[in-house]
Amino acid sequence: MQHLLSAADLSHDEAVLILDTAAQLAEVTDRSVKKLPTLRGRTVVNLFFEDSTRTRISFEVAAKRLSADVINFAAKGSSVSKGESLKDTALTLEAMGADAVIIRHGASGAPHRLAASSWTGCSVINAGDGTHEHPTQALLDAYTLRRHLAGGSGDLSGLSVAIVGDILHSRVARSNVLLLKTLGASVTVVAPPTLLPYGIDSWPCSVSYDIESVLPRVDAVMMLRVQAERMQAAFFPSALEYSRLYGLDIDRFNLLPSHAIVLHPGPMNRGMEISADVADENRSVMVEQVANGVSVRMAVLYLLLGGMAEVEQ
Amino acid sequence: MSSQVLRNVRPYGEEAADIVIEDGLIVAISQPGSGVGDVVFECAELIALPGFVDLHTHLREPGREDAETILTGAQSAALGGFTCVHAMANTSPVADTAGVVEQVWRRGKETGLVNVRPVGAVTVGLDGTQLAELGAMAHSAANVRVFSDDGKCVHDPLLMRRALEYVKAFDGVVAQHAQDPRLTIDAQMNEGLLSGQLGLAGWPAVAEESIIARDVLLADHVGSRLHVCHLSTAGSVDVIRWAKARGINVTAEVAPHHLLLTEELVASYDPIYKVNPPLRRIEDVVALREAVADGTIDIIATDHAPHPHEDKDCEWAAAAMGMLGLETAFSIALLTLVEPGMLTWRELADRMSIAPAKIGRVLDQGRDLKVGEPANITVVNPRLRTVVEPANMASKSRNTPYAGMDLPGQVTHVFYAGKCTVRDGVLA
Ligand SMILES: [Zn+2]
Repeated sequence: MQHLLSAADLSHDEAVLILDTAAQLAEVTDRSVKKLPTLRGRTVVNLFFEDSTRTRISFEVAAKRLSADVINFAAKGSSVSKGESLKDTALTLEAMGADAVIIRHGASGAPHRLAASSWTGCSVINAGDGTHEHPTQALLDAYTLRRHLAGGSGDLSGLSVAIVGDILHSRVARSNVLLLKTLGASVTVVAPPTLLPYGIDSWPCSVSYDIESVLPRVDAVMMLRVQAERMQAAFFPSALEYSRLYGLDIDRFNLLPSHAIVLHPGPMNRGMEISADVADENRSVMVEQVANGVSVRMAVLYLLLGGMAEVEQ
Repeated sequence: MSSQVLRNVRPYGEEAADIVIEDGLIVAISQPGSGVGDVVFECAELIALPGFVDLHTHLREPGREDAETILTGAQSAALGGFTCVHAMANTSPVADTAGVVEQVWRRGKETGLVNVRPVGAVTVGLDGTQLAELGAMAHSAANVRVFSDDGKCVHDPLLMRRALEYVKAFDGVVAQHAQDPRLTIDAQMNEGLLSGQLGLAGWPAVAEESIIARDVLLADHVGSRLHVCHLSTAGSVDVIRWAKARGINVTAEVAPHHLLLTEELVASYDPIYKVNPPLRRIEDVVALREAVADGTIDIIATDHAPHPHEDKDCEWAAAAMGMLGLETAFSIALLTLVEPGMLTWRELADRMSIAPAKIGRVLDQGRDLKVGEPANITVVNPRLRTVVEPANMASKSRNTPYAGMDLPGQVTHVFYAGKCTVRDGVLA
């Protein structure tokens, strides 16, 4: 594995290896030293064409804990306005001797372009591309699910997960559906029909328009951020109606089995897709997701930048 | 002017003959070996067709001479076997006045390579709000007959109705780029399973089909002539077939890339495959081929759309839409229609020359290969295969989706108004 562009790139064994590696790294960094010398002398670039402080910091902390040098490169302008060309930026980074590029971009497929082009030879990690994918988010979600619901090892066979919200525009949903399937979980996506992509019937998941019928039979529910602005493009009539029909309030939370957990990739719209009291429930694991994000991203960097052989031994 | 002989050539792939050209005309068609002239082209096994006429070409001049000029576009056209091209109006400034269309027409004339027929914009600045001076363009030296806002759809139904009505006064035609703008906001590729997976905003087939359905009904209602640009879906074929059965005066075109390429190519996120309308499903490709064969689709038109390298060497969403088409159109038609036996050579001549000339009202083009007719002739070798090498193209741009493909057929010699513009596959 040279790049991590899509959750679909990961085989079952590779995905489990990443989760296992993340667990080992978490243990080491919890127990003793905060920093491992593994990637000393390697350069990792955070190339963010879109603002996302939380994802950028998560990757930065992960890289630094592995002793890599980190360059933060915040490129100006959206892709379509062509503020800064992806190609020129990539050439610059190549000249700086980057070993890995972590890219967040507003255009779907930008990481694929970067990886397939002759612009750079380094490893490319997709940190979210347009409405396409966000594979490390899916990995950290899987890691969190495994800790709570699968004893912290192996895969997610037999688990049932609901993903609720704006599936159409969500890179988190795409990556999660793919990865959860690979890891053996069954997935139900829940949304108004307008927020489901064309062709959802062919995705490896089931579909429901009714959150209340789904909640009693899942082990976890993942709430996605829904932007209130979507109502301007007629995706739903009003924020109020959305939250009334698809939001997770305390009554709906109580429909979940007692062991079930609530995830959210953040940032949350409290009062929109999730009510404040549910967000503060102790079975809501958002804070832990953030911590797990660092471990999983350490594992990805470690494995991509040549640690694979070491772990396999 | 000296006389030229195409020795032992097969008109429409039929019985070999000698074709003698003099003073811009075909002056004799005689037994092989019997033709007499100053310059002799040995054409054994080669096929003569009327020079191709493209109803849909983007020459980019004025305004984007970094992508193409009228001269490089004309060279590209000649090498593709064309003797006439229709230059689309979405230039800068837009070809929406007599002044601009006359300038394009004159610059075309200066090339001496093809007849460059300007297309006039339907609305001022392609803005879709106010009719351009269609009459002034029709009555200008450029003699415009085809009007199009191509690149944009004439979306306002009232404006479309008025345009259809107005052009009746000078036997014009409105060539519609059928794309409902509201159904295609930010659209990046065909809407389907793949667009959902790739996270690219979809361009649904219905956005094309609904506009075509509306327009054929409008054309019927006002008794005018409608031409539909670049059909890309099976549903569009159904609508056109229905309209023709009903006697509506509509013609339709398909671009070569929609006869060969499918949306799966977009999974690479390589913008070389970004085009508008987008590449569709294989079912659409099959339906389009069948429609060309049965005449539902009247013509093949290239939608030649040059773009400079930097507009394609970037991420998908930022890339420009469009592909080169002139220099590969014949090969794609050969590959997708003639070789599989769906079109005869005569039918190919109809779809690429005779019918487009009729739609554009180009009187001296798209004529039969007969004594007394203007000598606009394309001689092709269907047996020669070539690997497409973008760097070898005459177009100023390189955005061909066929790079590296081994395609059949070579345009060997081309005669435009009796003048040899291409000889042995290179500009004469
Ligand atoms: Zn068009």
